[in-house]
Amino acid sequence: MIFRSIIFLFSFAHLLEGTISFSSDVSPILSGNCFKCHGPDDAKDENGKSLRKAGLRLDIADEQDWKEVIARLTSDDPEEIMPPPEANKHVSPEEISILKKWISEGAKYEKHWAFVLPKKSPLTSEKHPIDQLFKSKLAEKTDPYTLIRRIHLDLIGLPPSIEIADQFAANPSPEALIAIVDDLLKSPRYGERWARRWLDLARYADTNGYEKDRDRSIWPYRDYVIKSLNADKGFDQFTIEQLAGDMLENATPEQIIATGFHRNTMLNEEGGIDPLEFRYHAMTDRVATTGTTWLGLTTGCAQCHTHKYDPITHHDYFGLMAYFDNTIEPDYYIANPSLPERNKANLTKANKLLSELPSHWPEEKEDLQKSHQDWLAVQEPHLVHWKHLIPISADATTPYLTIEKDGVIMAAGDVQKLDTYTLKYPATDHPISSLRLEALDDDRLPDRGPGLAYYEGKNGDFFLSEITIKSLKNHPIKSSSQAQADGQKAKPSIKLAHDGDIQTGWKPEDKIGITHLAVFNLAKPLPANTPFTVTLTFSRHYPVPLGKFRFSGSPQPDLKAIAHSGTFEDFLLQAPELKTHADKIRALKKPLLGTPTLVMQERPANRTRPTHLRHRGEFTQPKERVNPRLPDAIYPEGKAPPKNRLEFARWLVSAENPLTSRVVVNRHWAAFFGEGIVPTLDDFGVQGQLPSNPELLDYLAITFIENGWSLKKLHRLIVTSQAYQQNSAIESQTSKQFLRQRLEAEIIRDSALQASDLLSEKMFGPPVRPPQPAGVSEVAYRKPKWNASKGEDRYRRSIYTYHKRTAPFAFLTTFDAGSGEACLSKRDRSNTPLQALTLMNDPMFIEIADHYGKLLDKTKGSLEDKITLAFRKLLTRPPTTEEIKLLSDFHEKHQSWKSLARALLSLDESVTKN
Amino acid sequence: MFDHNPISRRYFLDECGIGLGKITAASLLTNNLSGRSLAPKIPLQKPKAKAVIHLFMAGAPSQLELFDPKPHLSKLEGQPLPKSIIGDQRYAFIQPDAAVMGPQFEFQQYGETRATLGSPLAPLGTVADDLCIVKSCTTDQFNHAPAQLFLNSGFSQPGRPSLGSWTLYGLGSETDNLPAFVVMSTGAGLSGGSSLWSSGFLPTTYTGVQFRNGKDPILNVSTPRGFTPEVQKDTFDLVNNLNAQRLATINDQEIATRMASYEMAARLQSSAPELMDLKSESDETINLYGCDRDKQSFARACLLARRMVQRGVRFINIYHSGWDAHSDVKGSTENNCKQTAQATAALIQDLKRHGLLDETLVVWGGEFGRTPMIETNPALGRKAGRDHHPQAFTTLMAGGGTKPGTYGETDDFGFHITKDKVHVHDLQATILHLLGFDHERLTYHHAGRDFRLTDVHGHVVKDILS
Repeated sequence: MIFRSIIFLFSFAHLLEGTISFSSDVSPILSGNCFKCHGPDDAKDENGKSLRKAGLRLDIADEQDWKEVIARLTSDDPEEIMPPPEANKHVSPEEISILKKWISEGAKYEKHWAFVLPKKSPLTSEKHPIDQLFKSKLAEKTDPYTLIRRIHLDLIGLPPSIEIADQFAANPSPEALIAIVDDLLKSPRYGERWARRWLDLARYADTNGYEKDRDRSIWPYRDYVIKSLNADKGFDQFTIEQLAGDMLENATPEQIIATGFHRNTMLNEEGGIDPLEFRYHAMTDRVATTGTTWLGLTTGCAQCHTHKYDPITHHDYFGLMAYFDNTIEPDYYIANPSLPERNKANLTKANKLLSELPSHWPEEKEDLQKSHQDWLAVQEPHLVHWKHLIPISADATTPYLTIEKDGVIMAAGDVQKLDTYTLKYPATDHPISSLRLEALDDDRLPDRGPGLAYYEGKNGDFFLSEITIKSLKNHPIKSSSQAQADGQKAKPSIKLAHDGDIQTGWKPEDKIGITHLAVFNLAKPLPANTPFTVTLTFSRHYPVPLGKFRFSGSPQPDLKAIAHSGTFEDFLLQAPELKTHADKIRALKKPLLGTPTLVMQERPANRTRPTHLRHRGEFTQPKERVNPRLPDAIYPEGKAPPKNRLEFARWLVSAENPLTSRVVVNRHWAAFFGEGIVPTLDDFGVQGQLPSNPELLDYLAITFIENGWSLKKLHRLIVTSQAYQQNSAIESQTSKQFLRQRLEAEIIRDSALQASDLLSEKMFGPPVRPPQPAGVSEVAYRKPKWNASKGEDRYRRSIYTYHKRTAPFAFLTTFDAGSGEACLSKRDRSNTPLQALTLMNDPMFIEIADHYGKLLDKTKGSLEDKITLAFRKLLTRPPTTEEIKLLSDFHEKHQSWKSLARALLSLDESVTKN
Repeated sequence: MFDHNPISRRYFLDECGIGLGKITAASLLTNNLSGRSLAPKIPLQKPKAKAVIHLFMAGAPSQLELFDPKPHLSKLEGQPLPKSIIGDQRYAFIQPDAAVMGPQFEFQQYGETRATLGSPLAPLGTVADDLCIVKSCTTDQFNHAPAQLFLNSGFSQPGRPSLGSWTLYGLGSETDNLPAFVVMSTGAGLSGGSSLWSSGFLPTTYTGVQFRNGKDPILNVSTPRGFTPEVQKDTFDLVNNLNAQRLATINDQEIATRMASYEMAARLQSSAPELMDLKSESDETINLYGCDRDKQSFARACLLARRMVQRGVRFINIYHSGWDAHSDVKGSTENNCKQTAQATAALIQDLKRHGLLDETLVVWGGEFGRTPMIETNPALGRKAGRDHHPQAFTTLMAGGGTKPGTYGETDDFGFHITKDKVHVHDLQATILHLLGFDHERLTYHHAGRDFRLTDVHGHVVKDILS
């Protein structure tokens, strides 16, 4: 607001000379002072009474009584004056003059500038396009050392080598510069630098957030971003893959991994939560993040009511949500090309060990064959033929059940703390005395199941609280038994599944990823020719339904659960005498899965999820169903809106969308210049600031699309302009902050590592832990310890640093990195004593200073040479005589290169782009 | 240093990290605003409280054991509550038809205000006439992390500024030697984690600074091993001299701010250890709190809080976690009170005798209450516990312009509020009021709208103001 009134003060005279534009001159006045009560908001209170205090809407071309409006604005009567005194707003005389002039010119309404498609201004000369369109007077070009450091820090997030800097200083021609720029754009370091900014928007982190904040594996998504940026994948394709890669035809693993973008939402694993409520919170985050990242609109405002300022209705909000709502959220095991080979090798090895098993039979024991026969004699009565039961229907309270082959039932979708499955089976031609339940493992389940548990407890866990069998009447269970596929004795809990107590039940203990069996013997057989119903109840303080299972029946009574077929091999594998060897075989037989990562998956066509409007945005207040749709203001009237997530993603990056290309180029402009052409990077709406240079913004936006949405071409365009190459020396208060900015946290650390020759160039993979002081990670739930990585992992680029949401890496927080809890389009750039303490005293920086010092110790040359080298490794430019003197004096007194390096690392210039 | 360099005072005030900046409310009011202004948007009312000590009982103490005696529950023991009472409340662990459990302790009345306290809180009886007991607090959240965030930031998801950050944003700091917003934590780790003292979308300088249990109370505040005090001093000097040269060349005031931040960092290196050193506190004081001079405890944190207030720290959070009594609510309550009750009483007494209680608001309470129903679960090894209860819980306040006495009533089951409901947003509005703010006007423009701590809700509870 303040900023705006300053603009008015300066430009008021100029405005009154030209024609007044509604969009850029009038709308800001109305939006800032009037829309809160006279805007698009149609919110109503509980009784349906409009919350908008006045019926008049100033945002639409109605037959406004403008005379009356002006009269109210200029009234002296506190009962009459608008805005009313309690609004604490004041329309200045200049603003009223603008309104009057606009009215006198016919009060012409215009669409808000950002909702109109960009127009490309024609270029008039051979000059660099940015410089042609750049309005402010350009300062002189900066010196080669400053420029080369600036370009390196901006493009790859690391300072240049002294050699490159000197070469450029010797020949600072535009051609030399372009050659360097092109090299930097090709550097793998480029993707590492720019991915970090994207991950801020994606709210990426390596943990789930909230109370327990346990680890999650989604770093393949982070690597996808780095790879895509290095490959200069078009931003259109980059968008489509991240929002809807799973829906592309023949989606590649990479495109599926990309959908991790919207799996970076937090997951509350606190015992006792309502999982659907927190899923809803994740959905609202998805809508808000999509709004900020692609549309530059504060869509989040419309969660509770129609936007007070922008034309986004409460319905539009849920229409946007509907695009993302029709999904399930599985783990995806990335197919590693070497896996089938390794699994095969493991199986061969297992078979070999299996064939050797008999040789390990203890000599003092009785004969092996006889032992097998004795064992078999006990098993045999229970080795019966189980007939698979094929259900007529399978229904569940929350998840959806699919009947697959041979009576196998697969569950997917949402789950709750209490869920019930109802399975209807047809009549059989024989009575059934015993039922067998197979709880099956499968790659589609969390940690291969058999359960659907995905938080709080072990992934893949299940907990069968109660089972009931009913035909015409209840069929009580007389006895039960359980077994597990690894042949080991299971801890008995099956009886608890038919004890009438919902708090107790059958569970797989820690044996996840294998099949478990239960057999229930009925007190009285289910008669032949009678359909029957099996009901399964799963209840815990977190969701625990079965994910994949099957029922079979047998006419024989009093059977026991047996997870094998009685062969000699089965005998060997279960024999307690051979357990150590058998365990090895079991381990080898367990199929290796690829690295898991979190992805999105569209629900099947017959299992769509309806999206409901939520009154006041509250989860507990669902109202009418809302179909996918886009706000009218940004979508052509009368045209059918995108049908689904994929069509929505395609529309976002289509030429019909006035916002995305502008929003993206603006954000990138801000990364170089410190401030966007639209300063409110995340708000292109009516309340956002106007573009300081609309022609330039539109030129960049259209060129970006014409260049195939190439970010590298955009960056090349920016850094080759004179505007970018200006001297940043501060001449006056007005240009402060222009170009000269404190570096982002990651760049500060990475530059220090590079200057001390410590930086590892190892790319990708699981996150790593650089050293940090004790007591940082311990603040989080259960006080986790921070075990710093060893070897080169200590010195990797900061983008690979393990990010725990509830206790982020302290250095990064101190220098304003985000927490990963919400989409972040612009980082703060603070300047605090804690930063000073970190640079001076943090163990990580002391370690860096130590290496830096050793490096200088080893270097040959005069004191001045060595000081110059130390200085330039970090700051590129040669030190001044005065600076050399200060540093020499310090070194002469203390004789410690480590101390000198530490001082250099603490300089303002070391943490600043000049 | 300031004499030699062209630091603009206005720039310094506007842009410097407030966490340690000497920036007073008075100076803020006279300064023009810039994009990252530290000034409140509206003139202050005369504040009652200058500082806040928030003793956050994380995990949620049982109001039914400590403040709100419900003999009726003992009579109903073993029976479920009427359905009409429970409504459609969702529970974390128990089923809505779980049986009722009576209070586990005797209650007694203390002082002229006849403050009612359960026996484990008997030590608080000595300060009964300073206590403002709000028995009618209610919240929207029934899980720990969301409820802790809600109480601290007015919103159940991370990302909004905490109460302490809003306070700094509005009031600024009165110390140039210590952080103005300090966080201490005793007991287990916290459900809400560092989001509980986050500055959210406010500038990061309003973030709470954690005082840690270790050698360094503030991260990296000690000179690292291997560097003598002389090296440290010379390094500070060298850095500032080199920065000064750069400032002369570039003339960017941001460099001046960085120089000032190094000066403050150097001061902090001595003021932090001085603060933490309890040698100067008498044995009588140490015994009053019941702490050890060196051993980390809730009681020691309380004594440190008093020292911080004396040194101008604005907002202090002490988290004590461990109240989450899903099992054995009796034993758990006794144990937690043993660690906290005496120290809380001592803090109030000690502030009072130092003449600080009038201008220091002490708040004691958890994120929600506990159910009148029993929690028993053999599968989880739980018995005689209580589950999370959002409808009613108790918060204590003392000093800072609050009126001693008991406020609010609940029904016979301790389930619902029957009189003078105080929603979390009301509590926040009241705290801001005591600090001199109109909670509807302390706003920050972000993501297209003006945000405030109380969202679109909250009323100042006038009846508890002195």
